[in-house]
Amino acid sequence: MTTNIAIEERRLTIAEALREAIAEEMRRDESVFLIGEDVGVEGGFGGAFGVYLGLPEEFGHERIIDTPISEKVIAGAATGAALMGMRPIADMQYSDFLFECMDELVNQAAKMRYMSGGKLSVPMVMRAPVGATNRGAQHAQCPESYFIHVPGLKVVAVSDAYHAKGILKSAVRDNNPVLIFEHKLLYGSKGRSMAGGIELTTHVPQEEYLFPIGKAVVKRPGDHVTIVATHISLYRSLAAAEELAADGISCEVIDPITLNPLDKETLFASVRKTGRLVIAHEDTLTGGWGAEVAALVADECLFSLEAPIKRIATADVPLPFAPIMEQAVVPTTERIAATIRGLFR
Amino acid sequence: MDKFNDLSTEHLLALYRRMMLIRRFEERVYYLFLQGELPGTLHQCQGQEAVAVGVCDHLNYTDWITSTHRPHGHALAKGVSTESAMAELYGKVTGCCKGKGGSMHFGDPAVGMLPAIAIVGGGNSVVAGLGLAFKLRKTQQVAVCFFGEGATNEGAFHESINFAAVQKLPIVFVCENNLYGASTAYHAVSPVKDVADRAAAYNVPAQIVDGMDVLAVRAAAGDAIAAARAGQGPILLECKTYRFTGHSRSDARGYRTKTEEAEWLAKDPIPGLGNAMVAAGRISADNLTAVEDDVMRELDEAVEFARNSPDTTPEQALEDVLA
Repeated sequence: MTTNIAIEERRLTIAEALREAIAEEMRRDESVFLIGEDVGVEGGFGGAFGVYLGLPEEFGHERIIDTPISEKVIAGAATGAALMGMRPIADMQYSDFLFECMDELVNQAAKMRYMSGGKLSVPMVMRAPVGATNRGAQHAQCPESYFIHVPGLKVVAVSDAYHAKGILKSAVRDNNPVLIFEHKLLYGSKGRSMAGGIELTTHVPQEEYLFPIGKAVVKRPGDHVTIVATHISLYRSLAAAEELAADGISCEVIDPITLNPLDKETLFASVRKTGRLVIAHEDTLTGGWGAEVAALVADECLFSLEAPIKRIATADVPLPFAPIMEQAVVPTTERIAATIRGLFR
Repeated sequence: MDKFNDLSTEHLLALYRRMMLIRRFEERVYYLFLQGELPGTLHQCQGQEAVAVGVCDHLNYTDWITSTHRPHGHALAKGVSTESAMAELYGKVTGCCKGKGGSMHFGDPAVGMLPAIAIVGGGNSVVAGLGLAFKLRKTQQVAVCFFGEGATNEGAFHESINFAAVQKLPIVFVCENNLYGASTAYHAVSPVKDVADRAAAYNVPAQIVDGMDVLAVRAAAGDAIAAARAGQGPILLECKTYRFTGHSRSDARGYRTKTEEAEWLAKDPIPGLGNAMVAAGRISADNLTAVEDDVMRELDEAVEFARNSPDTTPEQALEDVLA
């Protein structure tokens, strides 16, 4: 007689999943180390979002390296160490600070392999939190799109614990610079109310697993419209899909996870099935990664489309502080749902 | 110690030859450039040879250097082959970067040189990672960062030397102070007279060195590299030097006086060493001529090698982006 043994759920937040991934990779490979601001300070906060709590105790301060507030040297040191065969995980406290080290990322990390004629590689990871959280214009941006424009960089946006853990481990093992963008409101329980009550834990198996770079996930299958979304916009898209289902509109929601290289196969297959495409992201509209997705689909799937491609993005303004204004410019469930309804009039 | 720091004649001739190779390489490629044989642009280092040669004399292939937009001398001093350097300028697949780097990105991992970084200060932040890797691995390797005085007004210089000092990284920062960042005089844009003074802000030892004297550079670099190798942390060497040419190929040098140029030309490090050796009876003038002839032969061969090497293909432009 067989019985169905329910697999015990092991629910983790993204912060916990990332911490596990880093610890596992550091145990597995001595060349992996962590470098950033406030990452290992005794009595500190384990990185700006608590991801590293407990790691210094296990790995020591030689491998959990606290830096001065010197973003250029964080990215430069990660690049240089990676060139020497180490596998650094660099931490950028807020992704807005990446602009302090654009030279190191764009001119050095991304180009060293090419400039050396393929003789060198830069196996580094840079993690950076994004998202509007009532902190005004300089601690709020979603700068993923700047980096998908750079040949030589891989760009990842994680939105749930399972995939965050699996893809961070893949990124550490990848021989190229990989930027991983995480949304501040999705790290764990503290962000839950601001994130609109999203369930912020997912099942993460005890056993080791990897999730590959370059693979998208269909979060909700559907027939009438494809929604491609990341981070908070992904959850708002899922909420909108639920709402629209009551009206008979069936949405397929895709989390691309990797923004470069994009999983075009999954994207095109979905659009060919549904005939409609909506892209939702918290980056501003003009030149955002949604524009690239729209262009690719227009190029490859134009004759499958039954409606114009729509992008739902943050308005082209610096992020305002006041919560009323902030919520007015970022993509909301209402805006996503209304835009999709507009495609079926 | 004698005036040659007790170096053997053979060793001195090797230093002389290396400087001569760089000088004649630069002259040859300028000529080839004017003839329209080489594409792009050139930032040349005639006059600065003693710094590259004096420092790199202490380095193994397992030690690494970073360089700048003016990297030909560093590359030849570190051991990048003359043939592969020349072929790179021709944009050939046999070039040290397979034709993807060109003049401003000379380098070869096989001899411990990153592709030169042509963003001013760019090497300063990356070198921190080289030093950090050596420290974490406890390998006794040393990283040398070559940069101009202009880079010391970049944030990267300050972030890097501060971090290197805090972490006691095995890095020697070698500033080639040739007085001008492109056309702008250092003193016009910097409140401190000597770059070396800036190291005090980071509790880093610094030394001013006569960059026109290969033996002085070699002596100072030897101490600095040994200290870095021994785990004593970074050191800054400010080598006072001068580029005899303009900033790049089209620079008419209107911002410098002929008097100043003549003063520095009189300090030319190559005859400086050669004449001293002859005067001391270590060698004869014929020995120097023989070295020069040998260098010219090497350059002839390098040019032939480059000319006869296969061109790149359009398809190769799409390779080597990702690992």
